[in-house]
Parts: sequence; C-alpha cells; structure tokens
Amino acid sequence: MQAKVKTKGTAQPVVVTANRLRDGRVVWLAAGGRWAEPVAEAAVFAGEAAEAALAEAAEAERRQIVVGPYLAEVRVGAGGPVPLRARERFRADGPSVGIVAA
Amino acid sequence: MDIAESAIALPVAATTRAGIYHYDEYDREFLRERVAEFRDQVERRLAGALSEDEFKPLRLMNGLYLQLHAYMLRCAIPYGVLSSEQLRQLAHIARTYDRGFGHFTTRQNLQFNWIKLEEAPDALAALAEADLHALQTSGNCIRNVTTDEFAGAAADEVVDPRVYAEILRQWSTLHPEFSYLPRKFKIAITGAQNDRAAIQVHDIGLLAKRGPNGEAGFEVWAGGGLGRVPIIGTKLRAWLPEPEFLSYMEAVLRVYNALGGRENIHKARIKILLRDLGAARFTELVEREFATLPREKFRLDPAVVAAIRAHFAPPAFLALPEAAEVLARQVAADTAFADWVAHNTHPHRQPGYISAVISLKPIGGIPGDASAAQMDAVAELADRYSFDEIRVTHVQNLVLPHVRQDELFAVWRALDALGLATANIGTVTDIIACPGLDYCALANARAIPVAQLLSERFADLRRQYDIGPLTLNISGCINACGHHHVGAIGILGVDKKGEEFYQITLGGSAGNDAAIGEIVGPAVPYDAVVDAVETIVHTYLAHRQAGEAFLAAYRRLGVAPFKEALYAIA
Repeated sequence: MQAKVKTKGTAQPVVVTANRLRDGRVVWLAAGGRWAEPVAEAAVFAGEAAEAALAEAAEAERRQIVVGPYLAEVRVGAGGPVPLRARERFRADGPSVGIVAA
Repeated sequence: MDIAESAIALPVAATTRAGIYHYDEYDREFLRERVAEFRDQVERRLAGALSEDEFKPLRLMNGLYLQLHAYMLRCAIPYGVLSSEQLRQLAHIARTYDRGFGHFTTRQNLQFNWIKLEEAPDALAALAEADLHALQTSGNCIRNVTTDEFAGAAADEVVDPRVYAEILRQWSTLHPEFSYLPRKFKIAITGAQNDRAAIQVHDIGLLAKRGPNGEAGFEVWAGGGLGRVPIIGTKLRAWLPEPEFLSYMEAVLRVYNALGGRENIHKARIKILLRDLGAARFTELVEREFATLPREKFRLDPAVVAAIRAHFAPPAFLALPEAAEVLARQVAADTAFADWVAHNTHPHRQPGYISAVISLKPIGGIPGDASAAQMDAVAELADRYSFDEIRVTHVQNLVLPHVRQDELFAVWRALDALGLATANIGTVTDIIACPGLDYCALANARAIPVAQLLSERFADLRRQYDIGPLTLNISGCINACGHHHVGAIGILGVDKKGEEFYQITLGGSAGNDAAIGEIVGPAVPYDAVVDAVETIVHTYLAHRQAGEAFLAAYRRLGVAPFKEALYAIA
C-alpha cells in the first residue's frame, strides 16, 4: 500500500504517479498536465502546489486517463526526481528481475 | 452452476480423454455470456460510463487486478488440473496478450502480469475457448478449490479428491448466498493420509477417506489460514458421510456468512470467527445449522457423484511388467538421472507408471514462472507421455501425473533440454515465492530476487541433498501468498521507512504436522537475508543428529541456537 504523503507545511518535494487506465502502465504527471512514462519527466511539486497537482490528477482520473493517482516523495537528482520509497522506485524502474525467455 | 442441473447435462461416460472434467454446452454458453458481459463493462469503463469505483468490483469478479505496473489476470486452474490443450492455450495467451510468460501461484492458478485493460476481454475469450476462466479468483467468494497434485495417480491415495473438488466447484460457482461473504474463502481437499494440499491452513480443509464399509466420507477442518493472523485449523468432524457433504459445507458457510465480521477487513476471515467463538461453540453452531437444513435438498446423490467420477476415470494404462526394471537399469547407469528420479518423482498407484515433477525452480530462476515456449513444450510432453495431463502444484511446480517408468528417461532428457530438469524438489532451492514488490501492489518488499539469490547460494545439488528436506517460503507482505508461515524457514518482507526488510520465521509446516513458524528475531535488511539463511542452515548442520531433517532438529533444539547464531554480537 502506498504511504500517505503530507503536503501542507512541508517542503519535501513530491511527484504524482498513477496507472494509465487503458493498459495499466505506470505514469507520472509531467509539465503541462501530460502523463509521462519515464519518471525523469515527472514534474516536482511541494506544499500547496502538490495539492493542486493531486487535484489535477483527480480530474484526469475523472476523464478516464489514469487510475489511482497519489503523491510520492522524491529527491531531485541530476537525472531528475528519484523516489524515496522502494515501492515508487520499482514503479519507476519496472521489475528488478528479468523474465524467462519466451 | 447448479449441481443438479450439471448432473443432468453430464455425459455419463467421458467422451474424450480421461482425467479432465469436460464442460458441457451449458458451461460453455455461460462462459461466453460472461465474456460478453465483461467486454461491455470494459467498453463502458473506457467510455466513462463507469467510474473506477463502480468498475473495480466488476473487473475483480473476472480475475483482473490492477497491480504495480499493469493489470494482472489471474486465471483459475480448477484443482490444478490442466489438459495439454489448455496449457497450449495459456501459452498462446502469454504470447498474445502478455510478455510471453506466466506465473504459477500457490493457489494452483496462473497469473499474467502485463495485461492491457482494453485487451482483457479478448484474453478471457481465449481462456473460454479452452474451457478456462478467471471466475472466483478474486473477491469475497469461494475461491478455486485446491488439491493434491498427485490426485488420481498417487500410490498412497485412498479417495480421488478431484471428484469432490469438482463437486465443490459446481456447487460454489456463482452460489447466490456465498458470492458476498465477509472475506474470501479457500477450500483445499486431499484424499491421501499424507497431506500434500495443506488442508490445516485453509478456511475449510477436507480429508477424503473411507469408512468401515469402503464408503467415501470426509474429515472436516475449518478456520485455518495464513495472512496477518496465521492459525492452524480446527477439526470439526472426524467423519462426514458423502451424502451429507454439501449440506455440511452449506452449514459451515452459513454460520460464517451470518456471524463473520464485516467491519474490519483484518478480522473478517472464518479463522477469526472460529477463534473468537471458540472451537466448541463454533462447532455447535455449525451442527445446529446442519441439523436444520433440508437434508433431501442438499443430499449428494450417488448418481451425481458417479457421473462426475466418470470424468476422472483412469486413463488407458497398459500392463508394463518390464517397466520398473528398465527404469532401475537407467537409474543405475546415470547419476544425474538417478538424482532427478530420487527427488522429482512420486510413486504411482498403477504398476509400471510414475508421476514426474517438473521443477519451475531452476537455479537462479523465478519460482513458478514458465515461458510460453516452455508451456508448449510441457504440453507436448504431456501429449506424448502422460495422457495429455498436467498438474499445477501449490508449491509452484508442474507434474506429469502418469508417465510410463520405461519412458521416464526420455521425459527427463526432454525436460533437461528445456531447462526444466532441476533435481531439487523438496530441497532448499525448491523455494515458494510470491510476486512481491516486483509486481504486486500490496507487497512491502521483493520476494523473487531474494529467492533467486538464495537459489544461487545453495546451487550445488550435493550440498542441497546433504541439507535434506527443507521448505523455504518467501512472502512480500503479511498477506502471505508465499506461505512463509508454514516454511521450515519463512521469510516475510516488511517495509521499514520505505526500505525492504525481512523477518525470518522457523519451524513452520503445511503438512500433517502443520505448524506456524516462530519469529527468530528482528528483521534483517535485503542485503543480509541470504547470509542469514546460510547461518540458519549452518546451525542446523552443526546440531543435527544422524538422519534428522531440519524441521525435526528445530523442534528438538528450539529457536535459541538459531537466534544466538544470527544475532550474537561479534
């Protein structure tokens, strides 16, 4: 289960992640309200801007674009945002294991 | 589906191969209608006519979950029995709608991890073409009934549990009273004294056996389960006559449905109700309900049982007086084959035959995963060597149930060429692992890479054999899909401030001596798990007596020496 992230009164940067409705793939809210697959393209928010971003994501859910949007804490590295929690790191990177050869 | 209606529609003699329950046109039409209904629901969801809150219970009723990276489709494999044709269809679905592989689970089901919502109805339609579906693989209903993977084949079997598993399937499918239970409900049944179906850790566990006159009946257990509150079940009945089978199931389910908690999801399973009421009171309530049920309405008609049993008639076995001798010669001539026979086979009831276990645990592999090519190849082997039959085990392996002993060497060679002949059944590398945080939305930590690292650490077969029988089960969260509580060594992934840690338990068992493992001490980080297990194994090896298996040694020694070895400050 994803951890609840406080937005008010904290400067901790966050991103918004969700699953795309049509295929379930992990997406991240990017600049201009776009939903991107690479976490590197995720827009970073803090404080009240995070609440506004989550509201924007909720609207995208109402418009059948995404499912289950939520905030995830990140640190901002040279290559873009890096999720702090293991769950979102795996959402960003995909499974850490390969698959059997088809 | 109504058991009486199904019985009327059943052909008395199976028309094609033995050993597989065959759908009739009623079943097939029902599945086609369900797929059409779901196709409409998906279209309405994509068009915005259904919200996610409205749609979620509908997709779950069709086995479609939304996981970490994609939708996951959990396909039911009733009591773990597949025809080769069905396995080929699963391979086709893996290729067409997934990424070319599937994951066999501890519920004897198969999960596809990369399904697209817009293609899910097509995947379900493809399942239905092979008489397969994803019904009751989710939701608070009676889930897929599981059983002994050697059912109908095992030398030690007393009653064929597939017959009653199929009766339970027909009785429970869309049962109007039990489709919205307080929580999910899992039934396991075995027909051999040596319990290979883990009946003591299920909501209902059944041991089919014979009465003094050879008549079939059941020992009934209830209130077992793993998850957040692991509990070993309670024996409700030492003997339940066959005709009363469904009446008694109805009675247990009715008591649970009426009194089971619905306010708190963590306290809603039957095990909590039974624990809180006490075994005596719970049993009394069930017996009272049982006594008031209209007995004739629920009486299991011997003609229905006979008609269903006809579907599970033995295949056309041959008299093979030389087969055992041929096998003995081949075993004597090839050490690697001898290792595989010693670990990956099970005695068959029919002279000259044997059951072969296909390990889905290659060293460093993902437990339970099979590629589409491997599924096709196993189907081919089943066609050629096992009367078209395959079984899925709750330990995430496959079985060719009916192999001629004089053809076993050829089967082994073919499996070896496919990378499916690892001779490790029952050893420390025959690891159960749930999908964990690599795939599952509920998980706290990864299970698969931990299994892979452990498998690599203990790769040497001679070392595995020296360690002896040892179950090692890994779950990525407390829901315990990896059955960690009943592993001799259990590993549970936990979340500590967003990072993966692992709690280790010792002494669990899912067999006749069922036991819940004890926590050995504080959780260890991801990088320390493999060394911790190695320390536990070393401690066992240092303390064991001649011929003493891990579990026996642990029960004699207790947790202290293991705790000391793991946590002693250097």
